[in-house]
Amino acid sequence: MPTPVAAGVNSWFLNKFELERLEMDTLQTLLLGFIGIVLVNNLVLTKFLGICPFLGVSGRLDMAFGMGLAVTFVVTLAGTLTWIIDHVFLIGTSLEVMRYLCFILVIAGAVQLVEMYLRKFFPALYESFGIFLPLITTNCAILGLCLFVNLWGIDNLLEAVVLSVGAGIGFTLAICIMAGIRENLELADVPECLQGAPITLITAGVLTLAFMGFAGMIR
Amino acid sequence: MVLGSGFYVLSFHENDKLNISKGLNKMSKDVSLGKTFFAGIWDSNPVLRLLLGMCPTLAVTAAVKPALTMGLSVVFVLLFSNIVVSLLRHQLKPHLRILMFTLTIATAVTIADLYLKAFMPEMSASLGPYIPLIIVNCIIIGRAEACASKNGLIVSIIDALGMGAGFTITLCVLAAIREVLATGNIFEITVMPGSFTPWAAMGMPVGAFITLGLILGAVNIISKKTA
Repeated sequence: MPTPVAAGVNSWFLNKFELERLEMDTLQTLLLGFIGIVLVNNLVLTKFLGICPFLGVSGRLDMAFGMGLAVTFVVTLAGTLTWIIDHVFLIGTSLEVMRYLCFILVIAGAVQLVEMYLRKFFPALYESFGIFLPLITTNCAILGLCLFVNLWGIDNLLEAVVLSVGAGIGFTLAICIMAGIRENLELADVPECLQGAPITLITAGVLTLAFMGFAGMIR
Repeated sequence: MVLGSGFYVLSFHENDKLNISKGLNKMSKDVSLGKTFFAGIWDSNPVLRLLLGMCPTLAVTAAVKPALTMGLSVVFVLLFSNIVVSLLRHQLKPHLRILMFTLTIATAVTIADLYLKAFMPEMSASLGPYIPLIIVNCIIIGRAEACASKNGLIVSIIDALGMGAGFTITLCVLAAIREVLATGNIFEITVMPGSFTPWAAMGMPVGAFITLGLILGAVNIISKKTA
């Protein structure tokens, strides 16, 4: 029996194949890919990526939004750069074995670059991101997106960029919804043993049920 | 604990802070090897107490088999990185150590991934990106920072085995609950009576989140009773 993970990947391949068969124009493909990654294949709620910040930084709405923005920024940069490096250097020189090493180096480098750039040119923004920026290196949503772009066999740069931006927006959406719910949850009467992380996980579970409604929206 | 949930403790609830700080205190006090090993399984269990490595815990636990594969891969990577970091700990420059940890882990993960692709291709395909995602698993970089870069080889190996065992056992328990309720089988052997109606939701993301939430709640009750 295939696991849900495998089924998700397979259905994406089918979708891609069907799209090609129908010879849809590029714009439509990009739009569907974007909506797909924001809602249908939301990285946090259907692929379980980026759960650590999703649980940890979703206590207050403004912090959640800041984290979402920082992730969107870095994932766009990292997704684009890893696609270019993968297709220009690694596949050209048959060095696919080095893929994971390169990806994590690119992500760590991108985070460092973003940090230096913001500190120099936008000190106010840098202050407000604070601790979130270095943390993003170990955010699985970033590496996960780079790996999914590779796994789904995305073969044009524009599509990779659109998917990367979409992944960031999907993450921001999920973490902001969660923060909104948790701000109201403070007033709720939760059993003592479930307070904190357990109730957050259960809330996230109910949220995934809502997002399951989007499944099958894009065929 | 430089990376991972250590930072997030700031915004965690009192319950979690208590658990995490208890787990971390136990770790620093433990000296004997046996205690180091068993600390990883219960007192400072990476998933249940420290809330580390949540992504694979939720993603691969729809059935016991992938959960076990994932757990053993993490044990291998943890052992590899702890051994290398422990041997190199005197040569490490403080500002470069995180980079060194990450590259060591990425190398170990590449080895594990190639092994799975060669000898268990079906399992590798169904686990998809979650094996390479071990690179950003906070447990491994956390142990490299908190244990292997400060301790000798033997302690680091025992620590890796204990933490790995704690992670694997947690994954398997969660996966067993989900697999039984979602399909009536465990390890693809039917255990539930024929009249049992499978709970489809247990195989979906919602089942993962809610089961883990309830397990964390149960652990809170048990640790309060025994404290």
